[in-house]
Amino acid sequence: MSTNKLDQLYRSVIMDHYKNPRNKGVIEESSITVDMNNPTCGDVIHLTLQIDDGIVQNAKFEGDGCSISMASASMMTQIVKGKKVDEALKAASVFSDMMLGKDVDDSIDLGDIEALAGVSKFPARIKCATLAWKAMEKGVGNDSEQ
Amino acid sequence: MLSTDIRKHFPILDQEINGHPLVYLDSAATSQKPRQVIEAISNYYGLDNSNVHRGVHTLGNRATEGYEGAREKVRNFINAKSTEEIIFMRGTTTALNTVAQSYGRANVGEGDEIVITYMEHHSNIIPWQQLAKEKGAVLKYVDLEEDGTLSLEKVREVITDRTKIVSIMYVSNVLGTMNPIKEIAEIAHAHGAVMVVDGAQAAPHLKIDVQKLDCDFFAFSGHKMCGPTGIGVLYGKKELLNNMEPIEFGGEMIDFVGLYESTWKELPWKFEGGTPIIAGAIGLGAAIDFLEEIGLDNIERHEHELAGYAMERMSEIDGLSIYGPLDPEKRAGLVTFNLNDVHPHDVATVLDMHGIAVRAGHHCAQPLMKWLDVSSTARASFYIYNTEADVDRLVDGLRIAKEYFADVY
Repeated sequence: MSTNKLDQLYRSVIMDHYKNPRNKGVIEESSITVDMNNPTCGDVIHLTLQIDDGIVQNAKFEGDGCSISMASASMMTQIVKGKKVDEALKAASVFSDMMLGKDVDDSIDLGDIEALAGVSKFPARIKCATLAWKAMEKGVGNDSEQ
Repeated sequence: MLSTDIRKHFPILDQEINGHPLVYLDSAATSQKPRQVIEAISNYYGLDNSNVHRGVHTLGNRATEGYEGAREKVRNFINAKSTEEIIFMRGTTTALNTVAQSYGRANVGEGDEIVITYMEHHSNIIPWQQLAKEKGAVLKYVDLEEDGTLSLEKVREVITDRTKIVSIMYVSNVLGTMNPIKEIAEIAHAHGAVMVVDGAQAAPHLKIDVQKLDCDFFAFSGHKMCGPTGIGVLYGKKELLNNMEPIEFGGEMIDFVGLYESTWKELPWKFEGGTPIIAGAIGLGAAIDFLEEIGLDNIERHEHELAGYAMERMSEIDGLSIYGPLDPEKRAGLVTFNLNDVHPHDVATVLDMHGIAVRAGHHCAQPLMKWLDVSSTARASFYIYNTEADVDRLVDGLRIAKEYFADVY
């Protein structure tokens, strides 16, 4: 029983992203750098974004945290790359709804992040999953204000 | 070990979490409450509730007797000379901030030193950082030995004649280390500094004697020792408290109020502005009765034995590292650990799915995490209601976690 519930959280897609993170690293010529941490648990993320012509051309991250936070960061970079800034922000809001356990707007292709839907059943872990997304929102938000 | 009958006093323990009987191993964060504490609070509100120190009426008298009676229980619990030295506050954090803002502001100047250690909880770091910044004082850290203990030699090297305040935790909430407060207080006093003790992790677990320790201030919280949240104690030597200014002003703490000048009540009330934490103090008094009935010496022995058993059983797991002194006699009843490279959050989630509550994170001790060179750890902490069977369940849970993440980490 317990292991079944665990499997809802630790889906194999998540574990794969944790073991083989996509877009790990730093964009040297990045236009945006965001450092964010989760003060209650110590998870940290260093996110670099390259945004040109209102499009997220590239996104990379480095960080230290649990499987959920790092897998979520990997998936986030995958999703936002190549998207317009407003689409990236829309994805973030869809993801936020998903974490709240709400029905999500399925007009957007969520790709692997659908695997994180189970996190909403583990309230203590939601903040792990949202860290990278908050960093991205902060980064592109700052950019769009310029 | 204490009798497992103690568990019957804690209604919360009798429940299942995620389909398994609860094993609560997070008492260093907050302890569970025995029925008699819950009832003392409920009876106060149900029968005696009134404001204190002002009612001519009967309920006012009952409330005052309950509140001041609790103060006498605290005095006896830590062997203070007088109830004038016992100030009720919200908790250890408020108590340490009060010392920093009242005693510290008046006695620390530019170039003076405040000495703490790398193992301190944030609540015994930040009040001093703020004070040092405000006054241009120097905040100095005593380094730790490799096993997470303090050496008096290093303490002697750091404390100088410029040191005005030495503030150190009695028992570490991460390493479990029990620090030689009495000896450190002697060194501090030889240099004319005051000794402040963060007793949050000590008061629940061992007999406190502030006169023997000869500390100048001692702070602790009720909720870690079977009492309610929102009540704590600042002990201070009377001669120091008498010369200190309150940091909160208002009702309850005044003697005479004029248009432009006011005077304060005598100790301890001058530090208790506003309607005090009456139910909290009464709950804390009931918690003290409960702990003293068991006996603090018995509690301390129980925890040494349980920590020893836990370290022995946990060492059977390959890849599990334990932080802090490995000698159970040198540590209080908690074990902080990491399991291979599995992140502590993931460990804690697997344990929670098996009904076992542990803490994962930086334990409000980021400088110590840096010293240990880890970003976070997991911690199992024990109290009077924990048993060897709880430790066995923890070890089983850790084995499951290890296996579950075997391919990942």
